[in-house]
Formats: sequence, structure tokens, C-alpha cells
Amino acid sequence: MSRTSSPEAAEHVGVLIIGGGPAGLAAAVAARKAGAQDLLIVERDRMLGGILNQCIHNGFGLHTFKEELTGPEYASRFISQVKELDIPYLLNTMVLNLDRDRNVTLMSRKDGIRRVKADAVILAMGCRERPRGALSIPGFRPAGIYTAGTAQRLMNIEGYQVGRRVVILGSGDIGLIMARRMTLEGAKVLTVAELMPYSGGLKRNIVQCLNDYDIPLQLSHTVVDIHGKDRVSGVTIAQVDERRSPIPGTEVTYDCDTLLLSCGLLPENELTRMTGAEMSSVTGGASVDESLQTSIPGVFACGNVLHVHDLVDYVSEEASHAGESAALYAASSEGERRADAEAVEIAVAGGVRYTVPQRIDPVRMPDKVTVRFRVADVYRDKTIAVYRGEKRLSARKTRVLAPGEMEQVILKKEELSGLTAAEGLRVVIED
Amino acid sequence: MKTDHDVIIIGGGVTGCAVARELSLWDLDVLLIERGEDICSGTSKANSAIVHAGFDAKPGTKKARFNVEGSRRMKELAVDLDFAWKNNGALVLCFSEEERAAVQELYDRGIANGLTGEELRILSGEEARKLEPALSEEVVCALEAKSSAIVCPFELTCALAENAAANGVSFRFLSEVTGVERSEEGYIVRLSDASVLKSRYVVNAAGIFSDSIHNMVSGHKLAITPRRGDYLLMDKEAGGTVSHTIFQLPGKFGKGVLVTPTVHGNLLAGPTAIDTADKEDTATTAAALAEVQERAAVSVPRMPFKQVITSFSGLRAHEAGGDFVIGECEDAPGFFDAAGIESPGLSAAPAIGQYLAGLIADKAGARTKENAVLTRTGIPHMALLSDEERAELILRDPAYGQIVCRCENVTEGEIREAIRRTPGARSMDGVKRRVRAGMGRCQAGFCTPRVMEILSEELGIPMEEVCKNVPGSELLIREEGK
Repeated sequence: MSRTSSPEAAEHVGVLIIGGGPAGLAAAVAARKAGAQDLLIVERDRMLGGILNQCIHNGFGLHTFKEELTGPEYASRFISQVKELDIPYLLNTMVLNLDRDRNVTLMSRKDGIRRVKADAVILAMGCRERPRGALSIPGFRPAGIYTAGTAQRLMNIEGYQVGRRVVILGSGDIGLIMARRMTLEGAKVLTVAELMPYSGGLKRNIVQCLNDYDIPLQLSHTVVDIHGKDRVSGVTIAQVDERRSPIPGTEVTYDCDTLLLSCGLLPENELTRMTGAEMSSVTGGASVDESLQTSIPGVFACGNVLHVHDLVDYVSEEASHAGESAALYAASSEGERRADAEAVEIAVAGGVRYTVPQRIDPVRMPDKVTVRFRVADVYRDKTIAVYRGEKRLSARKTRVLAPGEMEQVILKKEELSGLTAAEGLRVVIED
Repeated sequence: MKTDHDVIIIGGGVTGCAVARELSLWDLDVLLIERGEDICSGTSKANSAIVHAGFDAKPGTKKARFNVEGSRRMKELAVDLDFAWKNNGALVLCFSEEERAAVQELYDRGIANGLTGEELRILSGEEARKLEPALSEEVVCALEAKSSAIVCPFELTCALAENAAANGVSFRFLSEVTGVERSEEGYIVRLSDASVLKSRYVVNAAGIFSDSIHNMVSGHKLAITPRRGDYLLMDKEAGGTVSHTIFQLPGKFGKGVLVTPTVHGNLLAGPTAIDTADKEDTATTAAALAEVQERAAVSVPRMPFKQVITSFSGLRAHEAGGDFVIGECEDAPGFFDAAGIESPGLSAAPAIGQYLAGLIADKAGARTKENAVLTRTGIPHMALLSDEERAELILRDPAYGQIVCRCENVTEGEIREAIRRTPGARSMDGVKRRVRAGMGRCQAGFCTPRVMEILSEELGIPMEEVCKNVPGSELLIREEGK
């Protein structure tokens, strides 16, 4: 691809992948393997791999590679494939604009402003952490308040120590991992407070990162005050009632210099919104069909920008599917592309919060489609069932369902033939 | 004996910087002293960012005079000094028939303060809702103030300071004034680092501390009560909720909470008004933030509070007399006050600056400076430029092609420029105020490490010394043995 000095001339790209993290990498590899030409990955950071680069703990890849890898190792497996397959990528490059006709404006130090017209676009921008401000935690606004991921980056990539005595609010996975990481670096993690009566993280992380280091997890607790005008000098935690309001008299103040926040991840869909794609208010991501195509033809989404995942293995799997779909779309002619969606919305009930995909086309779908979802609360001894109209297509008994873990069901084409919207398709949790 | 300076200005908020800018146009040696690490680090950084039209203050008060003058001057100043200012208009809402008379009273007050009939208009509830569909059905009538505007208080203060510096004003940071005494030549100013400076004139623009500074030289004591105001700032996606600044008529719901777009397209709600005894108490409280939500919803029932990206509070310098204290101190000739500057202080700043500079220049017999620089160009905001302008800027300096803050699309070039200017950013907050890195929806989650790195490079300090604001607010912990 040649460098253009004038922002007027738009270059043609077959499949443009926005984001070079785990989702973008897997999508690009799959698109290439499915025959896509003229791929381009655009990454805003200094290297490919995304958030995996700072996840130096292991536990990645058990599903994908049947072995336990660190984040950088997991990323490198995909990065070497990208290189072997000769997939071009741009680093330190920001997508400033994306429209519904897949016109893209890029900006970088090296190339200035560059315009690209893509046959298909894969959105793989990932997510960001919910900041202190969005939590409306009262108190001072001193140094020493970090989202867990920012602290992780400063420690693991830049090599700095962010605090000595730490309180963590939120039991998301990054917070749990950071509790262990900071302990190993010599910091004292005093407690992890979680607003909800259950943890938002994986069970294995609670065991391996908190229990193994005797770090107390206080469920139904939150931060009610932050002390220290310049640097954090203390944090007050209180118990909350069923409505999540702090209970007066339960306050305990911890002397600490750092507050880490691990209070949820938010898909980064600024570009998605620019296209006018239909969004899901539950996931914070686009609403997609079984090919992971958004409501904008030729624009696909995968990974944490679509919905926040628990394991990177599922991100890779989902992204591969998006890559294949985008390759197919880019190679097809106008006539072959679907004009009007015949897709049926997947309804949810009984504690299923959402599904991805949100809709499915019984004719165009492949033989099997994996539908992923999360649940709203902790459920014990329940059954996950799929209904076509009143007919139960599948049922699976579960011991425990938790909001921190992603669940899935498989839909089979043979069971959905002739499915109509009137008939309906539902994923439910039942007794 | 010669003095070190002709004028020492105490306080680097918007008032001090406005005085500095206007004094810089005269042939005088001026030093501005600030206790923070940067300008705009007290009341000026945490307020409603409104340029009030001037109907609110009682006729005949200094607040009324300087508000109307300052607000008129702000428009041309925004062009000359290149800062964000937008004439968005304001509505004062009335929620009950009994209070209709109070709306008329505000209108009359505005006219008495010098506003024209073109600028003010009384609307029916229906007309108000037609202008602003998000308003409550309970609104029975409203005062429309067409000349009301919004401004970026950080950019305004930086613009004034940079222009002052370009004309030779010097700045001294992290210096707290511990004493001011009269001397034969004028005044002796003692600083916390034990240094002693002599100046012919002193300007007291010390914000919430302006009483202590004034009381060092005057028998007519001032008493400032810090009045805390808590705010909630919402995402740019919520910025279009209203286009006017929406006030409430003082009364039924106490001193009302406003809802306003900001010049950068966010939505702001606040403030509370809580008197405190502690001049350092800028901590928000859960009760105050809840109060902002409740009161804002009276004006705009469907406030998008789910989109809050940050909350903050600032302290207004409320003087016991209730008015601004501006001018030469009666029992301390050569000592000039700009004290008790609470709302509408931001609006009034340009006029206060011009007035005090005029008094001082007169007294000093100063001449206007030849070749004074009258304009200042702001740091380019890549986010606001066209692609063509962006391409050109990157060609000139490639650092403008590197996005650092992805929420606000702030580039490395902008951040470096913010640090290199005089007075330049010395901290994360200084960078944030000048170029908005970290001001967006992720609240610096992603850009923190990179901004720290750029500060460390530009200032030639180790990463461990990079501060959020003043020393003591270091972001990192120095590892043992290092």
C-alpha cells in the first residue's frame, strides 16, 4: 500500500480490522484463511496484542491451545500467524472516522491523514474500564486512584510501582489479578470490596488471587469516602443494604495510599455509533446477527467491543467467526449480499440478560451457531433451555450460574428450519 | 531604594491572571505569585463556566457593574486571546404562579444593570419548552437572557496568563505568601520559602485566601467563607440535552442548581452551596451529589445521570459583605484588592483586570508599553480541525499525528506544546486543563502512562516525580533502594 500525502485520495482495502488486540488478530487471521485479500489491521497502541501485553499472568489459551499461556504468549501465537500470513498492519494509528459506507479516516505520526474505503470492516476496539467519576464515589480527588488496568499497565509494561498499601473496589477479574500482582511486588492489599452480593470475576481468580494470599473479599460493601487531598491517605468502606445503599454505622476506614477500581468494563463503541449501527442497551455493543454483522451491511463486530467476555479463548473463537463472515462479505457481489434481513430476534427470559448474536437467520445460518450470554444473578441448580415457540429444543442442567462467567448454547440449523418471528426463539433459565 | 517589582499579584486564578494581562500592557515590572503548581488551580478550575448576562446582581453593586462589563468584554477577548466561548443564551425557570413577579423583578434588575431590552425577554412556559424541549412541564414562565454565554475557564485563564507572559510578566509557583508589610517604597512580601520580595504595589487576588492577605495590611477586616459547590459532569453524548444554560429562580427550591452544556459539548449540573470552615475542603459528599441530581431534575426531569463521567467540587470565596471587594485599600495605599470574588467572578474577571490595571497604572504614572502583544494563539485542538488542517499540522510537526488521549482525541503535539508554553503545564492536571487529555469518558484510564512519560521527558524529571498537581501528589511510589 502506498503512502498518500493528500487526504483526498481514498485507498481501497478488502477487509479493514479496527483494533490489533486478541479480537482483531484472530479476525484478521481467519479472514485471510477464508481467502480475503487486501487486509489491513489498524492498531492505536505501539504494538499488536492489545490488553494481553500487560496480562503477564498465565491461564490463557486452555481452550484454544490446550495449554496454559501468559497473555503475551497467547498474543504472540496470533501475531506470528499475522506475520506468516503477510497481513499488513499499522501501529500508532487512530481511526478518526468511520461512516456507514465504510469510508475510514486514519491518522498517525508517520502517515498523517489517510483515507480508506473498505469492502468490509471488523470492529475490534475492545473495551475500557469504568472510571471513578462514573461511580460517583464522593470524597477528594487525589493521586493514587487507578483503574486496575491502568495500574496493571504501569506495573507490567512500564515497570513502575503504583502503591504500597492498597484497597481494591470491585471484584472484576483485572482487580483480582492485580491484588495478587501487587502482593507479589511487596504491596499490602488490605481488602477487596464488592458492591454486589457476588463477585464479578471468575471463581478461579478469587481462589488463586485472593484466598491464596489471605486477602479478604467483602461482598455487599462499597467505598463511601476517599481521604487525602494530594495523594490518597485512606479509604472508607461501608456495608450496603439490598438496594446497594451504604448502611450507616458500618464504616471502616483503611489507611492506604492507593485505591484500585475494578468496577466493570465498557465496550468502546464510539466508531460503531458513527456508522449509525443499532446498539444493544444491555451489552453496550452493537446488535448483531449470526454472522456477527451489525445492522450496517459489511460492518462486523467481535470481542469485547461487542460484549465483555470472561475468557480470551472465547474472544478468539468469536473473532474468527467475524473474520470469516467479513471475508465472505468482501468477496460477494452486491446481489449476493442480503437485502432484507429475515433474521429472528432471540428473546431472553428468567435471568438471561442478553444474547450475542441478538438475532439469527434460519436460512443463512451455518449448521451450528454458538450463542453466548450472561446471567443477571447467581443461580443454583437451574436449567438453561432453548425454546422454539413452545417447543423446547435443548436443556442443560447447571449447578451454579454467575454473572462473572459467560454461558453459551449451540443452535442447530436443522432444528430451526422454517423458523418465523411469530413463532419466536427464546433462551431461558428455568427450574 | 529600588523595589524588586512594580507590582506583585498574589493569586494565579482567573482574576489574578486578568489583572496580570491588563497590567502587562503597561510599562511595569509585574510578578504573579501562586501557591499551586500552576495557574487556574483553585476556584477558577471548579465552577459553572458561565459568562453571566448580568441580571442577577443587585443594581449598584460591584458584582453588577463588573459582571455586565466583563461579560461584554469576554466576547472580543475570546477572539483576541483565542479561547473557547459560546453565546448559548440562558433561561431562568419559574415553577409557580406566585413567583411570576420575581421573574419580572429579575428582568427589571437586568435593565437597571445596563442590559438592553434586546437581551432580555420573558417567555411563557410553552415558549420556554419550545426552545428547550427537555424542560419540565411544571415551568410556568422563564426569563430568557440572550447574551448569556459559556466559556472554558481553563483556557480563559491560560490565555490571559500566556498573553501576560508574552508581555513580560513573570510567574512564581508553589510560593505561598506568609506576610505582607508596608514599607517606605511600598510593600514587603514574604514567601513560604523564606524569600522576601519588595514591590511598589500589591494586588490581592488570592481567592478564598483573599481575606487573610487583605487582613495583613488593613484594619478593615474581611471574612471569607468558603462556599462549596458540588457538580456532576456528563458525557458528550448527553451534551445535547439542553442548549441554553438553565437556571432556576431562587426561592421555592432554595438557590437553584443549573444545567448547562459546556463549550466542549459535555453537560454540567450543579452547584450545591454548602458553607464550610475548611479552605482546603474540596471533597464531594454523597449527600451533595444526590442533591445536585434531585434539584437538576426539577428543571430537566430526564437528566442523563447514567452518563456522569466525573464529579467535583469547588470553593467560592464568599465575603461577609456579600459584594466583590475591588479597588485600592483605604488604609493601605498601593494595596489593591480583588477579594470576595465569587459568582459572577469568572464573567467579571476581564473587567476587574482592566479596572485595577488602570488604577495602578494611573497611580504609578506608567506609560502604555510599546510593541505590546495584544493577541495570543491557542494550542491547536486536533479534534476540532478539518482533515486538511490536520494533515498540514502533522506535516509541520509529526507529534500532532499521535493520539494520546483517545476519548478527546488529544495528540502528543498538543501535550508537548502545553508543557512548553509559558506558563506551561507542570502536572497531569495542568496538561488536562490546557488540552483536555484525561478529560473524556475514560477519565485518563488509557492516557495516564503516556502523559506521565511526556511530562517526564519535557520537564527532565524521573517518572516518580510526575505529580497529579502539587508536590505530594506523585502518581508513582518510588521503589525502595532506588
